[in-house]
Amino acid sequence: MPASVDTPRGSLKVYLGYAAGVGKTFQMLADGRAAAQRGVDVVIAYFEPHARPDTIEQAERLEIVPHRKIEYRGKTFQEMDTEAVLRRNPSIALVDELAHTNISGSARTKRWEDVQVLLDAGIEVWTTMNVQHIESLNDQIWQITGIQVRETVPDGIVRQAAEIVAVDVTPDALLNRLKRGAVYKPEMVEKALAGFFKGSNLGALRELTLRQAAHEVDLRQSAYDETRAFQVPRISEVRPGGVADNQPKERILIHITADPSTAMLIRRGRRVADYLHADCIALFVHRTAQLSELPAQEREAVEKHLRFARSLQIGTQVVGGTDISKTVVEFARRNQVTQIFVAHSEVLLLDRLRGRNFTENIVRKAQDLQVTVVADRSRRQVS
Amino acid sequence: MRVSELPRPSPERLLKQVQAEESKQWGAKLKIFLGYAPGVGKSYRMLDEARRRHDRGEDVVVGAVQGQQSEDVQALLRKLELIPPLQTPDGQAIDLDAILRRAPQVCVIDPLAAQNAPGSRHAYRWQDVQELLRNGISVLSSVNLLHVEEYKEKVQAITGKNTTETIPKSFLLAADDIVIVDVPPDLCLWRQGEKLTSTGISNSQERKLSELRELALLLTAEVVDAQLETYVHAHGIEPVFGTHERFLVCMTPHSNAPAMIESGERNKDRFQGELYAVYVCGPGRSKRERVTIRRYFDAAKKAGASTEILESNDPIAAIVEFAREKRITQIFIGHSTRDTWRDRFFGDPVLRLIRAAEGIDVRVFPH
Repeated sequence: MPASVDTPRGSLKVYLGYAAGVGKTFQMLADGRAAAQRGVDVVIAYFEPHARPDTIEQAERLEIVPHRKIEYRGKTFQEMDTEAVLRRNPSIALVDELAHTNISGSARTKRWEDVQVLLDAGIEVWTTMNVQHIESLNDQIWQITGIQVRETVPDGIVRQAAEIVAVDVTPDALLNRLKRGAVYKPEMVEKALAGFFKGSNLGALRELTLRQAAHEVDLRQSAYDETRAFQVPRISEVRPGGVADNQPKERILIHITADPSTAMLIRRGRRVADYLHADCIALFVHRTAQLSELPAQEREAVEKHLRFARSLQIGTQVVGGTDISKTVVEFARRNQVTQIFVAHSEVLLLDRLRGRNFTENIVRKAQDLQVTVVADRSRRQVS
Repeated sequence: MRVSELPRPSPERLLKQVQAEESKQWGAKLKIFLGYAPGVGKSYRMLDEARRRHDRGEDVVVGAVQGQQSEDVQALLRKLELIPPLQTPDGQAIDLDAILRRAPQVCVIDPLAAQNAPGSRHAYRWQDVQELLRNGISVLSSVNLLHVEEYKEKVQAITGKNTTETIPKSFLLAADDIVIVDVPPDLCLWRQGEKLTSTGISNSQERKLSELRELALLLTAEVVDAQLETYVHAHGIEPVFGTHERFLVCMTPHSNAPAMIESGERNKDRFQGELYAVYVCGPGRSKRERVTIRRYFDAAKKAGASTEILESNDPIAAIVEFAREKRITQIFIGHSTRDTWRDRFFGDPVLRLIRAAEGIDVRVFPH
């Protein structure tokens, strides 16, 4: 059913966890059941068919919109039937695993894209995800666990959510569940224990989840305050010695290159800007400002980075200039930038090529600016 | 290498060690369920765990229950053995002797923060819990943010609610396990009998609860971080980086230290992180330089930084070593405008730091 122009968009609620098995799906279904008992029209739009017994028990008391079965390379896969959910048009749709990538041949690539369709139609969506699927945390997760997560959800999607709920459990309890076979099939358990479930990983991911949830809660408070003249003491003000918020607004400039480390730089810039409530812009400098003049491979890389920045709500600019550091600094000054973000690898690379240092040039030229050299978080630390 | 302070374990770690040693031989553990307000469902989560443990064959009893109980909680309680609290004219207290005689594996104490009636063995219930742990009985307990001593005033400033019954924060930090029971404010209020609103923050009451929720999430993160550090120490593994923002300001007499300290303080507050400030003591500082450094130290302390003096012939190596030990995520360094023969000979210290600080961001401040 197509949404009419005046259909208000559905709200999004995200159950955030730090690993498989913490109980996100269970909590979502339990809350869904409670809502159904209050008389709300709730359906399950998607939930993993290999769920644990107590999760299945929760699901059995709710209406399930049948999944779409898709044949791919001789196997049958199940995906959410977004069109069927639209036809059913419930008040609330429960959609498990927001970060999931749909099987080839589906109408949309990502489940979060399907969720957008439901929200646009005015359906409220509750969904689940783990902290490691948040795009801007990708490098930190890599640094902490040594694992690079491929399936991510853009921060903007999470930011849309009206509500984030942290689903917490102790690592010990989670490991017990895992060893009892309540999380993965037996053949998967060993792999899990060597990956995300290894050593200090669970504790670190858990801490990250709690801090992320606190940050998301804080952002929603700010958004609420902006719409209303509502005064409550903020944490920073309640804290002894906290800084009052009369500082000039920070502006962060991200220097884009073709180097793969740029993706990390963009993610870090986005994250720091979010916390500092700063503006964030991304800049690519080239001799003529014409991307078409770049060699094909370099152009593709730069365009990919510019697109990625825009997908994280960072404005992008391409500016012409032969002296890169000079152009970056002048642009920064013209645009009241307070901090320039450059990648660590960039420093080393340009240093070697030219016998002088890009960062040093920027620092020398930018008397009134700070320069942040962002570490390569893909390298694990050795102490 | 460091002269100012020997690396000493924090009081929390010492307390934790003592508690761990006392209870280790028995394997008794304390697990705390933390909530930001009444109605988040702490009791239910805790009793549900007690019920599951009972079903799996553990010997579980309930030593104290909340006055007001929802139907769900009552249903769980019916499945568990209760050791009723002692009633005296002055109030009630858990029946410590009866629980010790009964000697279960696990005892549920709901809530944790309570003053015992005058004449009881301990003034506070959390001291009863310590005695249970010492006697090899694991404890499941629950606490509200309002009842954590160090948070009492903040919660009062937000909600106007007050209490005299509190537990020290160090007790939380020393617990074996902590779990936060998180629920959106609208559901929390609904469980207290309010009308259910739409998803997200809809009114000033929910907005206030949201503030408490953020504090509770950050407190839990702090406890988890302390546990992580203990784990890393106990297993002798490399420290975990990047779970929490930690800023390190490197002060020298010729850098713009006041600007770095000010920015460090703002970053610390915004990221709910930690701030450190160090000075690497090099040879041949003039009296004037020493006076300047002392002034910077005072400013850093006022900004809430932990300060330290490092002594080394290789300042860059000393800074990086300190940063790794403290799990620093961002180093603030001033770009010196002075061009010395040392720099020309050894290379610009800022660049050497950037190269050496692998995995850590370096923010260069202009002079």
